[in-house]
Amino acid sequence: MGAQLRIYRRRMRSVKATKKITKAMELISASRIVKAQQRVAASTPYANELTRAVSAVASFSSTIHPLTTPSENPKRAAILIISADRGMAGAYSNNAIKEGEQLAALLRERGLQTANFLVGRKALNYYKFRNREIAGSWTGFSDNPTYEDARAVADALIEAFLADAQTDINGVDEIHIVYTEFKSMLTQNAMAKRMLPLEVVESSTPAPAGLLPMYEFEPNAGEVLNALLPRYIQARIFNAMLQSAASEHAARRRAMKSATDNADELIKSLTRLANAARQAEITQEISEIVGGADALSSASAGSE
Amino acid sequence: MALTVALVSPTQKVWSGEASFISARTTEGDLGVLPGHAPLFGVLVDGAVKIKGVDGSVKEFVVSGGFLSVSNDRVSILTESVG
Repeated sequence: MGAQLRIYRRRMRSVKATKKITKAMELISASRIVKAQQRVAASTPYANELTRAVSAVASFSSTIHPLTTPSENPKRAAILIISADRGMAGAYSNNAIKEGEQLAALLRERGLQTANFLVGRKALNYYKFRNREIAGSWTGFSDNPTYEDARAVADALIEAFLADAQTDINGVDEIHIVYTEFKSMLTQNAMAKRMLPLEVVESSTPAPAGLLPMYEFEPNAGEVLNALLPRYIQARIFNAMLQSAASEHAARRRAMKSATDNADELIKSLTRLANAARQAEITQEISEIVGGADALSSASAGSE
Repeated sequence: MALTVALVSPTQKVWSGEASFISARTTEGDLGVLPGHAPLFGVLVDGAVKIKGVDGSVKEFVVSGGFLSVSNDRVSILTESVG
């Protein structure tokens, strides 16, 4: 076998091996998206009920609560970025990180310092590499978050929020979250939202018809808010994590699908090249034999 | 008249359906809800939530904290974990 042909065959073998891996990852992600979507759907009733309750309490009670009143002179803002632990998901993590950068720039324009809270190894590495200060980070569950994970993150954020930012270096006045919204299998958007102080407006479903009822509160509105708001934040973060996880799988499936397609293309063109190389080798061999025979016969003809 | 009940946790809808009576323990003490109850929002403590179905069967769930909201015969019980 000629050297050229051998090199082509070797490259084909390696591309084929890569293709097998990417194909497998594509299938794995495809099956996990469905599961992740189901988890998003399963968490929706709780989040909806909680949103409804919070809007009712917040709009019908005149209680002043630190979690609902914006600071008059905000100093620091926390940004929670939800990214992936692993790569191979196209621009998924980068989009979230970029969205976070834009938000940070916006906050700096308003004269706020930022505190970075990071979920996922990708965001953590990005900030570590740039030697930025990290207020908190959590890794290891980006593709399959549990409520306990969300609670750990939420507790850290609420603690920072309740600390007075004017005097405490760890305190923050606002909390923003950057996550990837799962719209459909094909569309996922990285987006930034303010979580605290509360803007109880958005929910995945349109506001329930009719007016919100005049609730009686047990024991009283202030106590209810105290208990309700941390849960609300946890549920919001949990929902964001689940959506991000679904988006991560969708992004990975898409990236792996195009990698598999590219490998197919590469194998095809390499096959062509290898065939041409083999043909060229054969042609050369024939012409060498013919030339050799010709030389032999003309030499023997000359000796007579 | 019956209550439309949903018992939900962050990860799933635990139970939903029609009920004639619900009892739960709030921070102020045990509380019962019958159809036609005034809108109410309560904070639950660890304890049992009893749901009496329209057919008379009684279901009992052990919850660890949570909330109970009643409005227009619609009852939602939110809890972090159900035992």
